[in-house]
Parts: sequence; C-alpha cells; structure tokens
Amino acid sequence: METTANAAPLVEMRGICKSFPGVKASDGVDLRLERGEVLALLGENGAGKSTLMNILSGLYRQDSGDVYLRGERADIRSPRDAAALGIGMVHQNFMLVDTMTVAENVILGMAGLPFVPDMAAVKRSIVELGERYNMAVDPDAYIWQLSVGEQQRVEILKQLYRKAEILVLDEPTAVLTPQESQELNSVVKRMQAEGKSAVFITHKMDEVMAFADRVMVLRRGKVVAEKTTRDTDPKDLARLMVGREVLFDIDKGPFEPGAVVLELKDVCADDERGLPALRELSLTVRAGEIVGIAGVAGNGQRELSEVITGLRPAKSGGVSINCVDLTNRTPLEIIKSGVSHIPSDRIAVGAVGDMSVASNLAMKDYRSAPISKGALLLPRRILEFARKMIGLFNIATPSPETRVKFLSGGNIQKTILAREIESCGCLLVAVYPSRGLDIGATEAVRKELVAQRDAGKAVLLVSEDIDELLTVADTIAVMYDGRVVGSMPAAGADPEEIGLLMAGVAPSTEEERS
Amino acid sequence: MSLVFEKRKSVSRTAIVVVPIVSFMASLLLTGALLAIFGADPMATYASMAKGAFGSWRAFTETLVKAIPLMLTGLGVALAFKLRFWNIGAEGQLTLASIAATWVALYWNWLPGPLVLPVLVLVGCAAGALWAGVPALLKTRLNVDETLVTLMLNYVALLLAEFLYYGPWRDPKGFGFPGTMVFPKEAWFPRIAGRAHIGLYFAIAVALILWFVLNRTRWGFELKVIGNSPKAARYQGIAVERNIMLAILLSGAICGLAGVGEVAGISRRLQQGMALGYGFTAIIVAWMAQLNPLAVPFVALLMGALLVGGDQVQMTMGLPSSIGTLMQGMILFPMLAGSLFTEYRIKRIGAQAVRESETGAA
Ligand SMILES: Nc1ncnc2c1ncn2[C@@H]1O[C@H](COP(=O)(O)OP(=O)(O)OP(=O)(O)O)[C@@H](O)[C@H]1O
Ligand SMILES: [Mg+2]
Repeated sequence: METTANAAPLVEMRGICKSFPGVKASDGVDLRLERGEVLALLGENGAGKSTLMNILSGLYRQDSGDVYLRGERADIRSPRDAAALGIGMVHQNFMLVDTMTVAENVILGMAGLPFVPDMAAVKRSIVELGERYNMAVDPDAYIWQLSVGEQQRVEILKQLYRKAEILVLDEPTAVLTPQESQELNSVVKRMQAEGKSAVFITHKMDEVMAFADRVMVLRRGKVVAEKTTRDTDPKDLARLMVGREVLFDIDKGPFEPGAVVLELKDVCADDERGLPALRELSLTVRAGEIVGIAGVAGNGQRELSEVITGLRPAKSGGVSINCVDLTNRTPLEIIKSGVSHIPSDRIAVGAVGDMSVASNLAMKDYRSAPISKGALLLPRRILEFARKMIGLFNIATPSPETRVKFLSGGNIQKTILAREIESCGCLLVAVYPSRGLDIGATEAVRKELVAQRDAGKAVLLVSEDIDELLTVADTIAVMYDGRVVGSMPAAGADPEEIGLLMAGVAPSTEEERS
Repeated sequence: MSLVFEKRKSVSRTAIVVVPIVSFMASLLLTGALLAIFGADPMATYASMAKGAFGSWRAFTETLVKAIPLMLTGLGVALAFKLRFWNIGAEGQLTLASIAATWVALYWNWLPGPLVLPVLVLVGCAAGALWAGVPALLKTRLNVDETLVTLMLNYVALLLAEFLYYGPWRDPKGFGFPGTMVFPKEAWFPRIAGRAHIGLYFAIAVALILWFVLNRTRWGFELKVIGNSPKAARYQGIAVERNIMLAILLSGAICGLAGVGEVAGISRRLQQGMALGYGFTAIIVAWMAQLNPLAVPFVALLMGALLVGGDQVQMTMGLPSSIGTLMQGMILFPMLAGSLFTEYRIKRIGAQAVRESETGAA
C-alpha cells in the first residue's frame, strides 16, 4: 500500500505459495502487519489460515514467496529462527507437555539455554509477567492440572517470556469461555499498548470487531478482502468469507415434544482427579426436543456426556434411554440403543488421525450391512459410503483415502458429525459441536441438529455460546458445579438470567426442577 | 533450491517394497566394509553365503528350516506390534510351546495315535498363548509395561526347558546328553523336503489368514483402531482390553506354533541348543516386513538365508558364522532410516517457483 511506503512494515509476506498433496493451501498471499497493530485473519475451514501462520512461525516452509521483517528479507527455517526474530505462535492445538510444570514448559526448547537453567529466576519472571498482563498462573503447577483456559495462558506467557514482538494466535478463543476471551482481549490490548503486534485467527465476527484493527479474509488460499474493522460489520464479513449471504436464523418446525428419551436421575460421578464432577444431576430430554446445556466449561458438561455414553462410570443415580435402564453399561450397548455422541475432544477421541477419512466415517456403521457382511468387512462399500457422506456433508478432502489428520480442523469436525448423525438412532449428544467451525459450517451443523429434532430425535446440545443455544435449543438447562441450577424454555429466555445462573450467583441454586 | 521432507498423505506403496530392498543393499555395503576392514574379501564372502543358502536343493531346504520359525514368530510379533503391544517375548513363547509339545509327545501315552499330532499342536499353541497372556493380562488389568514382562518371561521359559532336559526329562539312555528321549513316530511333523517340514504350510496359511483377518474383517478393523488410538476405540464402543487380550493370545499361539515345529519337525526331542534367538530375530523380520503379514514369509526366508549363509562362511572361509546375524542387525538401521521414505517424500522447492510467483504477482 502506498500510504505506508515511507516506513517498511514490521512484517511483510509476499506471494506466499504452499501446496500440500491435493490442495493449494496458500496461493500467492500478500500480508502486511504494522508495529502495534492487531490483524485478524478470517476464513472458512481449510482456507489456509493456519498454514500461512505456520509459515510465518517457521513450522512450515513456503514453496515460493518471501517474508520480510522490518524491511529485510528473513529466511525462517524453524520455530527457533522465528523466535529469534521475535515471532511467537500459539497453536490451534496446544503444544505443551502434560507431565511437566508450567515453568519447564515455558523454557522448553528455547535456544541458548544454560545446561542447568536457573528455575527460580524463570519462575520469578513468569510471576512478574503474569502480574503485568493480569493472567496469573502458578509456575509450579503441572499442565495436566490446568484448565484449557489456563493452558492457553501458559502458551501466551511462553511467547512473552521469549520476548515475542509479534504474537500469532490461532483460534485462541475457540476453547475459551466468554469471560476468558474478554480477559484475552485485554491481554492483547496491553501488548498492543507496549508496541507489540498480533495476528489473530478466529471464526467469530464480533471478536474480529473487538480485537482487531484490520481484517484479512482468506478463501481457498487467496486473499479475497482486506478491510479496517472500522469500515465493516459482522454481516459484511460473513458474506465476504463464505461468498454468499449467511442466515443467522434457522427454520425450525413447531416444538412438539414426544416421549421421554433420555432420563438422568440424581447422577453422581467423579472427574479424572477423583473429585466430584456431577452432583445428583437430573435431566430429561424428550423426542423432538433439543435441550441445550449452558454453562462455563468445566462445570461437569463433559462428564455428563461421558456418563450418558458409558465412557465414565456413574457412582450413583440412574441413566435410562427410552425407559430402559442403561446405567454404567458398556459404550457399545449404549451405541446399540441408538445413542450418538460428538465428543468435545475431536482430535484424540472423535477421530483416528492416522486412519483414512473413509475409515473414520465408517467407524460406527462398520458393524452392520452394507459395510460389513457377518464378520467380513467390504472395503469397496466403505469407499462408496464415504463418498456419499463426503458429498452429503460437504467435507473438503483431497480423497476418501486421505488420512484425517491432514484435514483442517473444521473438516475433521464435519467428518465426525457426518458419522454420528448417520448412525443416530434416538439420541444425539453433541458437545461443543460448532467449536472451531467457520460460520458456514456452523450454520450447517445447527441446521443438522434441528433436522434431527424435526425428525423426532432427542438432542442434547452442550454449548458455551448462549446465542447458539437460544437459536437452536427448545429448552435450556444451565449447569453450574455439577448440577442443573435452572432450566427454562428457550423461547423468550433472558440471556442475562442465563449468564447469572452460569456464574453461579442466582438465588435459584437450591430450586428444584419440576 | 532446496529439498524438504513432506509427510505423505497415504503411505506409499512403492516405498513399502523399495525400502526393505534398499535397506538390505545398504546392509550388504556396511557389512562389506566391515569385512574388508578385517581383511576378508566381501564379494567372495557374499558369494559363499549365497551358495550356502541357495546353492543346492539341500542348501535351500536348510534355509527353509531356519525360515519356518522366523516366519511364524515374525507373524506373531507383527500382530502384537500392530496393536502397539511390544511383545519381545516370542522366544519364550516358542520355548514354552516346545516344552508343552514335548510333554504331549512323550507323556500323554493314552492318546490314540492319529490324535497325537493335532493335540500336540493345540497344546503347544495354548502354551505359547499362555506365555503371552500373562503380560497381556498384566497390561490390560494393571497397566504393567509389557516390554519388561515379555522379556523376562523369555528367561523363565528358557531356564525351565534347561531344567527339564537336564533333570526330570533327560533321556536315561542318552549318555548324559542334555535332551529328552526322541518322540514316538506319531508325534513327528511330516517333512516336505530335506529337513523342511509341514510347518512351512502352517506358516503360509497363517500369513494369508492373518492378512485377511486384519484387512477384511470387522475384528481386524477394530484392532486397527485400537492400535492407532485406544481412546478413540473405546469411544466407538470397541472393547479395548478384551480385544488386546484376544489378539495377544493369538500372537502367542502363533509364536508357539514355531516352537512346536522345532521339536516335532526338526529335533524330534527337546534338547540343548534349540533356542537360536528366532524370537528376537522375529522383531527384525516384523519391522522389515513393515508389519504386513504377506511380506513376513519373504523377509523370513531372507533372514533364514543369512543364518545358513553365515554357517557356510564359517566352514569355507574361516570367518565367524555370526556374520549372518551381524547382517541381520545391520539391516535394521537403514530400515529405520528408510521408514522416512515410506512416510515422507522429498520435495524440491526451487528458485524457479519463486520467480514464477514474483512475475505472477507483479
Ligand atoms: N500438514 C498438512 N499436510 C497436508 N495437508 C495439509 C496440512 N496442513 C494443512 N493441510 C491442508 O491445507 C488446507 C488448509 O489448511 P489450514 O489448516 O491452513 O486451514 P485453516 O484455514 O486453518 O482451517 P481451520 O479453520 O479449519 O483451522 C486444508 O485443505 C488442509 O487439509
Ligand atoms: Mg486452522
């Protein structure tokens, strides 16, 4: 741009191309970032956002094109090179070592570390940085003891400790609660005030507006628009991103609930650490009804879904499906009774990264015809089935034989969704199903959930997004500290009240659910 | 211009074939260099080895004799490794099975003649399964590391065998020779050619069946999911522990079959010097075959040839027979390096591409 020609921008990427077998993930991208600026990258799943930033942070190497820093050509060959140039990235999937402490993770892999690092000094700096940016973490805590939000703080502290001037955040808020993303915003603002810059990848329009000065929209590896946030609005961005108008409302049939499908009675269960996660929780979901579970992550939602699907034992209480008691039955028995599950951890649980898209799609239906015949598996049928599903759910993959781990985050989720919806008999348990999905895909997921409901199935939807719950659900139940602390029809529900219940401050905590 | 490694989207089929071959060649070169350092003529040595292994019908049948147990243990180990269960106890499973087979052959006199062989095979396999089942049970129930347990059980089985052929089972008419009596004829494996016995048919059948089970059945699919991600398998409703248990019992039974073949087909008694480390070489066989059951017999044949060829150079060239074993080990290194090429491919990223994009952007 001519206006900035007098001073070289902090970062300039020119004509970046990068292909993977079967896709051009970056196709001649130009990017500019000024000192003290926050740039948002927006784009559908698989548009090439992560790829572009992985190139900047030295994880991938571009096929062609150049990167300039402060006007000088930079040859970034590894994350270490990038760190030396002041570039630090927080990845979409965190890269922390679970069994090590915060302080150890912060210095892990740093260049020029003395043989015996002065851990006391490291810990002191972590505490100082934590105070300066208002995001305290205990440097002696082990990563596995931290919540996702805290882990992200560690990732950011790690970069600040390395004196990153340019911070790349790849979908940082996808895993955060609204409060946590507020806090993140203030951290970014503080960095900005100190003259640091950031690139921020997200699928949420309002965050683009809140965090960024400028926004760049990618589609299929190309830049399709570049705007200052002042000159745009969420609707406009959504249209630029998908290339068509996006409907934020969803057509729903009339709410005509049928018989009770899922019933939980006074269920208690523990989490991994042996602490109570569910405390005498009761809940019912009827056929043709979507019950939305609202709540701040970590209040027992994941455990709830696991108890229903047989992955976690209930210590007391009962779970029944279609009036059949299925408390503490095997996951297989529960699957066979018609329950589908979209798990919250899609990389480690929902999909098998090293197996093909086709195998992953068939991972529930392989048990029966037409994919198998008795004990035999029919590989050609798997492919046929996969092609059908890929078309039906618009999964972007080079081929059905591609290993799932090479798909973009959004397309991995679509693969899981396709499989679970296809095999759903009477109840679909969906945990954060639209997390990390672009708005087009989010729209598709929500429509699909509603379609299942309209087809007479019961849906339990766990979400942190109140707007999602208000548009999709029929009934909203709020979870706090392992209990349902309130429930209400979604029509006419007051977001304020839900927010208060989620925070655990409402007086109705002791209230009995009728 | 520079070269970069790029992870392949699907494992290359050509690389799967080419890599073991190239690894073998590299092993020839490395061992050749060693031979030259020690003043032996590498070409002459290799020629002598090849002659020793394949030079005559008799030589070939001897190669088969070594290849049969390697095929079977290689298959057993490959199955376990597919599940990321590091069974390095094939040697022990083989040994315990040979003890069990000996017990049937010598002491189950009440068995009618025609039943001896089938029962002997079954009991042998069961013993192998038992020996693999112990670490599998410890792993699935108590999460005890299987590597250590399978390794230790090797020595338990080997020492038990030693105790038996030196002690209670020693042939009283054997002039102190450490070994049992010769089996009665009903307990002999029919031989095909030379000393090569019907264990070969078993091995080939097991290879085919195993390939089919792993690739064409629901159970095989489940094992694949478990091997890749036990967490995901559990979520899919697959009984992880039970299936690991079953597969490892099967793995042990296949290794056990190798032991049965050794006593019933070759020595026709339990005796000293039976355990030649087949169970350990099996690990190399499994890796080199890239855990593909159909490749195992061929790799095992090659490894058998190295053993027989090694014996040959000892006789003809006065070199230690361990050259064969040395070469087996040498294959593993290029093999591990070579797996880089089955999983990754080399991509050139050139100055030309840069120029093109620059003109394109201008
Ligand atoms: N390591 C890889 N190997 C092969 N293909 C890859 C690899 N990484 C990304 N891709 C492909 O490149 C394309 C762009 O992926 P990328 O991860 O950059 O998308 P994204 O914009 O970050 O999407 P999302 O919003 O879903 O995270 C996708 O089609 C993806 O399948
Ligand atoms: Mg991404």
